[in-house]
Amino acid sequence: MWMYEKKLQRPIRIEKPDLRMAKFLITQYGGPDGELSAALKYLNQRYSMKNKRAKALLTDIGTEELGHLEMIATMVYKLVKNATPEQMMAAGLGAQFAEHNRALFYSDANGNPWTASYIQTKGDPIVDLIDDIAGEEKARATYENLIQMTDDPGLIDALRFLREREVVHALRFREALYIVREDKKNYKYDVEVDGAKDIFTDTNFTPDEILD
Amino acid sequence: MKRATPLLYKLQDLEFAALELKLYLDTHPNDKKAQQDFTNLTYQIMQLMPEVERYYGPLTQYGFSKENPARWIKDPWPWEIIY
Repeated sequence: MWMYEKKLQRPIRIEKPDLRMAKFLITQYGGPDGELSAALKYLNQRYSMKNKRAKALLTDIGTEELGHLEMIATMVYKLVKNATPEQMMAAGLGAQFAEHNRALFYSDANGNPWTASYIQTKGDPIVDLIDDIAGEEKARATYENLIQMTDDPGLIDALRFLREREVVHALRFREALYIVREDKKNYKYDVEVDGAKDIFTDTNFTPDEILD
Repeated sequence: MKRATPLLYKLQDLEFAALELKLYLDTHPNDKKAQQDFTNLTYQIMQLMPEVERYYGPLTQYGFSKENPARWIKDPWPWEIIY
């Protein structure tokens, strides 16, 4: 079951319309490394994830990504709200207007529709977590590109927040990867285990040592 | 169209802190300090939530809000609030 909470994860201040940014931002809505891809990937991978900690992490990060999806939608909604068809056409959103008017649609910045082939679930805990780390880093890079394309302080604030969330998610997934590798070393890979030893609280391991 | 109030900002701050700690606790479930911080945040959120809902209407819909459910359709949606 999922609960909807009728509030944004973080305030979004957008005062002036910017159709060109709306066109580019949409990739984080329905593009390959966008929030929809991330949410659906994690919430699908959790069923075959063996480790208890990693299972919880996929559930919680997948849920947070749905909140980020709402943040991106809010930004796009506010950026295009009062645009005229002429303005949409001038900003390269003519095809968007013809198909969807001012509605949101799950597509990348070029208008390609979202597809399940963007996301992977291999059913192997190590493979899936490495794929998740890569996904977070790709989203981080996309946000860094987008931040360079605007000078709207409200937009930059929201994009920087989302970029930082990707960094934190990648860090948590790296910890989960380490934990899952510990399971494998201890032959616990295919059984439900209570998680390996308390590596990060009991030893000096840091997440940066995980992926070498 | 409702404007955001300091009350809403406060709730967003507290819930974000709880969420961030939750992700940390997923990979570090036995960290006593983090457990304590999470419990403290939970109490603060539980106290603040009804105050926020008195102003904005129910924030959740399946039995966790004491506000009149009729307000669910009336009050502004997250993308409509002016920050």
